[in-house]
Amino acid sequence: MALLDIKGVTRRFGEFTAVDNVSLSVEAGEFFTLLGPSGCGKTTLLRMIAGFDLPDAGSVLLDGEDLAHRPPEARPVRTVFQSYALFPHMTVEGNVAFPLQMAKVPPRDRPQRIAAALEDVRLTGYDKRFPHELSGGQKQRVAVARALVTHPAVLLLDEPLAALDAKLREELQIELINLQKEVGIAFVYVTHDQTEALALSHRIAVMNHGRVEQLDVPSRIYGFPNSRFVADFIGQCNLYSGQVVARDGTIVAIDVPSLGPVRVATRSEPALGSSGTIALRPEQIRIAAGAPADAPGNHYRGTVADLLYMGDVTVYKVETSGGSRIEALLANSQGGGAKFFEVGDQVEMSWPVDAGHFIAG
Amino acid sequence: MRKSDPWLRASALVAYAFLYVPLAIVVVYSFNDSRLNAEWVGFTLDWYRKLAGDGAMIAAAGNSLVIGISASVVSTVLGTMAGVAMHRYRLRVLPLLILAPIAIPEILTGVSLLIFFVMLNVTLGLVSVAIAHITFCIGFVAIVVRARLAGMDETLTEAARDCGASPWNAFRYVTLPLIMPGVIAGALMAFTLSIDDFVITFFTAGAGTITLPLQIYSMIKISVTPEVNAVSTLLMLLTLVLIIAAARISPTLLRSTQESTS
Repeated sequence: MALLDIKGVTRRFGEFTAVDNVSLSVEAGEFFTLLGPSGCGKTTLLRMIAGFDLPDAGSVLLDGEDLAHRPPEARPVRTVFQSYALFPHMTVEGNVAFPLQMAKVPPRDRPQRIAAALEDVRLTGYDKRFPHELSGGQKQRVAVARALVTHPAVLLLDEPLAALDAKLREELQIELINLQKEVGIAFVYVTHDQTEALALSHRIAVMNHGRVEQLDVPSRIYGFPNSRFVADFIGQCNLYSGQVVARDGTIVAIDVPSLGPVRVATRSEPALGSSGTIALRPEQIRIAAGAPADAPGNHYRGTVADLLYMGDVTVYKVETSGGSRIEALLANSQGGGAKFFEVGDQVEMSWPVDAGHFIAG
Repeated sequence: MRKSDPWLRASALVAYAFLYVPLAIVVVYSFNDSRLNAEWVGFTLDWYRKLAGDGAMIAAAGNSLVIGISASVVSTVLGTMAGVAMHRYRLRVLPLLILAPIAIPEILTGVSLLIFFVMLNVTLGLVSVAIAHITFCIGFVAIVVRARLAGMDETLTEAARDCGASPWNAFRYVTLPLIMPGVIAGALMAFTLSIDDFVITFFTAGAGTITLPLQIYSMIKISVTPEVNAVSTLLMLLTLVLIIAAARISPTLLRSTQESTS
């Protein structure tokens, strides 16, 4: 049995359905992420787990017990808020002590537990500081310490790193991964940042319009998106739609209007004449000057229309003779070469049939 | 606003003079060594000395103090509750019901309270005056407390609940300490309103109970003696100190009352 079970949960605000019949389960010790654009229902779902909101239909079960009748204070879950929500009139120590005080932990046992929680988040020695004397990253650590000090069954994190700058965010991401491993508490993490979700999670539920579009491990979410939305939302993706015109074992050919037949491997068996989309990551496309390599796969000629130099990589937007745009990526790893091509260059693109991913429909 | 605009400066000066010159005259003549408020004779503290020996005046001040303290304590508790309710339940009718007593002409409040007390056979005296003062102070406290709550991060209350606090504990340990400046400012305001009030007190005090404003009124019926000037000066000073204290404790006080009453 899963630790946390969301069963057919729906939440409506007037005409708007924020969460639409969502079912998922989180295992003990799992780092689970709800990922989606703003307004997709991920925060509403989190609030229903925390008890700040109640579902209109469906149920939230923890260890098999329906939490419907438990107010937030009686649920063994804790939340780390995006705004930190530290109590400004209490010191770091006071903030971390508060849940212990509310849980009626004897005063003599508190100092030791507070010290342990602060050590977990590497804030030893900050006990007497007030929240306004801390940096954003430190505040977030105090919020995590306050949430973990009573050893909840589940820790809910609502975009906890969104307000921090990129460098600090990466640092804290690594710390969160290590912390989660250390304490072994299930994390339910809400974010709209797909790279963060991919980096942190054991499993990701991609949400859109209140529904779970796809629930899987990060590598499968990225490599095998099951819808156009997921493919497009997670990373960059070339998407080409067309009809299935030929099938040869596991390989199908899709007639894409601006490209002609494109061959792609698939495990599903789409019927001839059915429509589908090929999702192709830019880094899977080989881009080269000169003659096409004589390898099986897909080959196209085109002209570099735009390029984006990003430092580590350069993104090339290539226009084919059919008028289709293909986005390809090249690492600038070779000595001195900042860019390999310029706008207007003729290039040759190719990718093997198993590079792309077929999405039916 | 440009500081260098001479018209603006002049009109501001006139406005402030209009407000404060009469008060300044009262203060100045309280130190005047003459029985008449007509011309400046010389500096004296005699009127203050006389005040200190005036039994009726001291008794009236004592009554005002008792009424002021009890009215401010009770109205602060009730007004804070009303402020929290207004903040939490965004019903438009709630603020209206709380603020109406402030906007209703005092004389109406005074008359209606008098009729109310007589109907219920309440003996007019300290208690009836205190109750009357509580009714019009609640609204002021509620406004200040609500303004303070509006500036508070909503998630803090949620965070408290999340940390295991019952609604009452979340209020006691998180909300109340954070709105405390508003609560104290509200209490100080209630006290100054109570100690200054004449109209409502006049209707609800009955025959035997004299407060400071009532005593001053009865004295000027005969003539405005410099002793009245002296007691008015002290009253003004007390009010000023309390208002400054309230404004310092809650910087949003002045702004919020303007917004809510206009």
